[in-house]
Amino acid sequence: MSACLDIRHLSAVLPNGQRVLRSVSLSVQPGEVRALVGESGAGKTMIGKAVLGVLPKSVRIVEGEMLIEGEDLGRLDAKARRTLIGARTALIPQDPLTALNPSRRIGSQMTDRLVRILGWSGERADTRIRQLLDEVHIRDPERVLKCYPHELSGGMRQRVLIAAAFAAEPRLIVADEPTTALDVTVQKQILRLIAQLQRDHGTAILFVTHDLGVVAKISQRVSVLYAGKVVEEADTADLFADPKHPYTRALMAATPRYTDPLASLKPVDESVLAGLAAEIVAADQAWRASHG
Amino acid sequence: MLLQRFLVRLLTMLVTLFGVAIVVFVVIRVAPGDPIAMMLPPGASNDDIARLRALYGLDKSIVQQFFIWLGGVLHGDFGTSISLRQDVLGLVFNRLPATLELATVALLMAVAIGATAAILGARSRGTAVEAGIDIASGATLSIPDFLWGLVLILLFGVLIPVFDISGRVSPQLDLPFVTQFYLVESILRLRFDLTWDLLKHMLMPAVALALPLAAIIAQLLKQSLKEVLDLDYVVLARVKGFSETQVILREALKNAALPTLTLVGVQFTFLIGGTVIVERLFSYEGLGNMAIDAVINRDLPLIQGIVLVFALLFVLINLTVDMTYALLNPRLRHG
Ligand SMILES: Nc1ncnc2c1ncn2[C@@H]1O[C@H](COP(=O)(O)OP(=O)(O)OP(=O)(O)O)[C@@H](O)[C@H]1O
Ligand SMILES: [Mg+2]
Repeated sequence: MSACLDIRHLSAVLPNGQRVLRSVSLSVQPGEVRALVGESGAGKTMIGKAVLGVLPKSVRIVEGEMLIEGEDLGRLDAKARRTLIGARTALIPQDPLTALNPSRRIGSQMTDRLVRILGWSGERADTRIRQLLDEVHIRDPERVLKCYPHELSGGMRQRVLIAAAFAAEPRLIVADEPTTALDVTVQKQILRLIAQLQRDHGTAILFVTHDLGVVAKISQRVSVLYAGKVVEEADTADLFADPKHPYTRALMAATPRYTDPLASLKPVDESVLAGLAAEIVAADQAWRASHG
Repeated sequence: MLLQRFLVRLLTMLVTLFGVAIVVFVVIRVAPGDPIAMMLPPGASNDDIARLRALYGLDKSIVQQFFIWLGGVLHGDFGTSISLRQDVLGLVFNRLPATLELATVALLMAVAIGATAAILGARSRGTAVEAGIDIASGATLSIPDFLWGLVLILLFGVLIPVFDISGRVSPQLDLPFVTQFYLVESILRLRFDLTWDLLKHMLMPAVALALPLAAIIAQLLKQSLKEVLDLDYVVLARVKGFSETQVILREALKNAALPTLTLVGVQFTFLIGGTVIVERLFSYEGLGNMAIDAVINRDLPLIQGIVLVFALLFVLINLTVDMTYALLNPRLRHG
């Protein structure tokens, strides 16, 4: 059986030639949650956007392949790629405040993909959406569907976006820090909700986060990203039991623990970062030499 | 919320109109030129001049004159035109429809051309197509409407005479109209031969009026579209599988249109101001053309009437824009 998502040696550059992704390889098996963890600016969002075909125009992919259920996105024309991504993937965005169109009602924003891209009847889409709203514990769907986004709280909007993401039964969901923008009290509920729906629907998720605590809670496998490079990948349990890479260990040391939050609140060890930087500079030089 | 907004605007409107009325009243009386002297043949006696002046009430003080005029206006009496010796209100309403039709056709043209260019430019942002649209709109914008009028007259009136460039309608035609809204009436009466003739006469002045506004719309709307196209909800729509054109039309256009809408309102009043000279250039029988005659003849009551109607028009346009803005924006609608 082919992987749900297979990224092979993906590299991307900015207009100034700076590499933002450095030969990234990672795969997500059907039904599994793969965490992608790294500090701010590591390129986590870039990977998610690359998979979904929505990279900013300034970012150019220079090598590598991306396969969704065995289909090579690079071999499809723009329209076929869009249709494939629309039919088999979904995105749970980071910020529910900006991810809904302020001038359209929630209902139409939730059903438009089902009706206009997947060709469902309006009735079927409506039934489906109500079912999903129930699964995310929204008790008054009638009101919510008629609302404009500004009439709902952040937590409610994120529930709506989660429901919409699962509605079309995608095979793969990219969740880009889906709890970061929310209140701490709401974060846990939303995380539990995503885990619940993921289990019920058997959807594979590429779960982007900078929080190792979240990694431990939700994922089966994890890739650690540093400066656009995957420095370690492992089963989640193994990673926590026995982190191999010095950067992973430094990241863990920098993560606060509930038992003693202040004592362990310190930045990632600088000597580790210096070593990594030297390694990456050397790799970039070699890459430039071989790619002209 | 919406009602409160409306009432506040209505009050501002009245204050504006009153201000305009005072300013115009004073300015045209202080400016040089004597309407009475222009009405009488050379060599008229001072007595005759004084009698005529009294007849039109011009012998009283400006303050007295103003309140007499204002009292009339409040009863719907705008006075009598000195040069045409007809009721001012009748004259204005006779010409206003021609100007409204011209301005509306020009506005629709500007929106159609401007929005198409903006959408095309935003769709192919970062390419030569966008650069071409930028250059074209920049160049169009640097030429004012009356110069466009002259260029069009030279091009299509003199060099390649394919369009009628004079008047509102071909004089030999039999007109069955009962109102002055010829264009609207010709369509309602299904007399499309007349509609066509009217449009052919309107095309050149309308294009001259529309081009600068179209360029402004193209630039501003394209800029707003590009900003909106980077927002999260637009990215989400692309992930859903919508094409770039669908994304622009369904997700981006409405939200991007708000800033442009305000500007179009302001610019539309400029466009109506532009009809004064452009109507003159194309001998189009509208209110603007009559305004120039009124100024040349120092026809004080007529000038006052025309200016007040123009001011009312401007104020109404701003009110409409403001209300549309509130309606398009759900955040304002629910307050
Ligand atoms: N539109 C863009 N154009 C050019 N460079 C960009 C753009 N967006 C991000 N970058 C750069 O690409 C790199 C990776 O950014 P990315 O957003 O993927 O990081 P991230 O891991 O998601 O970080 P965060 O945790 O802050 O979301 C960063 O160095 C960033 O400065
Ligand atoms: Mg990010």
